[in-house]
Amino acid sequence: MSSEPTAWPGSPALIELTGVSVRYGGVAAIRDIDLRVHRGECIALVGENGSGKSTLLQALHGLVEYRGTRRVAPRGAAQAMVFQRPFMLRLSVWNNLRVALWLAGVARGERRSRAEEALQRAGLADRRDRPARTLSGGQQQRLALARAWAVRPDVLLLDEPTSNLDPAAKKAIESMLAGFVAEGLTLVMSTHNLGQAKRLAGRIVYLADGRIRADRPTARFFGEQLDADADRFLRGERAVEAVSTLDGDYTASTTPFSPTRE
Amino acid sequence: MSAFAQSLEAAVDLVVRADPHLLGIVRLSLVVSGLACLIAAAFGLAAGAWLAVSRLPGTRLLVGILNTLLGLPSVVVGLVVYLMLSRSGPLGAWGVLFTPTAMVIAQTLLVLPVIAALTRQLVADSLREAGEPLRSMGANRLTSALLVLLHERWSLVTVLLTAFGRAVSEVGAVMIVGGNIDGVTRVITTTIALETSKGDLPLALALGLVLLLIVGLVNAAVAAAPGLRADRLQGAR
Repeated sequence: MSSEPTAWPGSPALIELTGVSVRYGGVAAIRDIDLRVHRGECIALVGENGSGKSTLLQALHGLVEYRGTRRVAPRGAAQAMVFQRPFMLRLSVWNNLRVALWLAGVARGERRSRAEEALQRAGLADRRDRPARTLSGGQQQRLALARAWAVRPDVLLLDEPTSNLDPAAKKAIESMLAGFVAEGLTLVMSTHNLGQAKRLAGRIVYLADGRIRADRPTARFFGEQLDADADRFLRGERAVEAVSTLDGDYTASTTPFSPTRE
Repeated sequence: MSAFAQSLEAAVDLVVRADPHLLGIVRLSLVVSGLACLIAAAFGLAAGAWLAVSRLPGTRLLVGILNTLLGLPSVVVGLVVYLMLSRSGPLGAWGVLFTPTAMVIAQTLLVLPVIAALTRQLVADSLREAGEPLRSMGANRLTSALLVLLHERWSLVTVLLTAFGRAVSEVGAVMIVGGNIDGVTRVITTTIALETSKGDLPLALALGLVLLLIVGLVNAAVAAAPGLRADRLQGAR
């Protein structure tokens, strides 16, 4: 088995799962997961559909009932999550931000400045009074990211944040994520896009059948021999990416991410 | 000219002349049903939101009872309220039987299950999409339900319109607890029933037209509301 949790010397885990399992009825979504998330890491969860990526994110966030142990850093680790399909209240862009800040317990006097910053970050300052649901899919996802960022989380959890978006929208989202990584924000994201994982993540966790089958630094994940199952997954995903590249999908590129180039 | 055509002509004349007797009846109908809907909305929206997220034992039974009450016959509500408010009833001391107050109470009880049950369903459906994101933002179950009420406010207007339609068009409850007293508790539906039995078809038909007009105007006003149009646009995404 290729699972060998990455050592992160000198840094206590922000979130630590030990022997965590989640079942939906009679189906085990994830099984005996051991995972430590350290400050400043960007972890990509990869694996086929149904491998347990989303459930693992939910378990890290404490959104699902689980068996096992989930420890959060003694000083607390504020978390925010962005979903594949962002949920926006039928309110303006501005009020969606304000509601999120209110729910996060941000002091009243600070909400305005935080919301302004988030609008700037999402590039939506000129759309602050628009109903959030009338924004395009890419704009809504940018708003969701900025909304999550605005609550100043220690860990940002992202569930396939660029799936179902067009190349331009993917590029904008990835640019925002690269900014978060550069600022040292801790990210855990599930993705089917190996190029994106390679560009953004410092560590790849591969899941199959609800178990972690490989947990390595990115360079080693792509550069070393994996077990047969993981190798089959990688070859399959690369074939899909090759087709996407022919179709002109920028995100299929596996070259390093460079905001200036983008 | 047929009897129907003659009655219709006379009815239109009553409406066009804004007959004071007709207007008095219409005004009382709107006040009674409007107040009943407002009071029922205050309790029904809160109860529906709470039932959508409650995990207390007995919640499913409560929801079952509520859904059953959707089909509650108005005459049964009238009978129960009559028994409660009659001199020998537990609330007889209030002395409100055969007054508009009794009619408001009866119609409130009639539409409360409609508002609560439809709100519960609406909030529960909406939480399938919104529940997890809202919880991830830090909302507890009740806060999530209240935010969903805000989120679905235009759909809730439709719920309130449904309730108003039920209230303004029912005849059994207001007839029993109001007594259909001319100038005091006579509303559109009870007048239509009475005048039809007396053979005064023009007034009955005129009131029928007004009833249709009220419902049509309310629907048109809601359909034209900017919020609802924006909602439809957003719903398409």
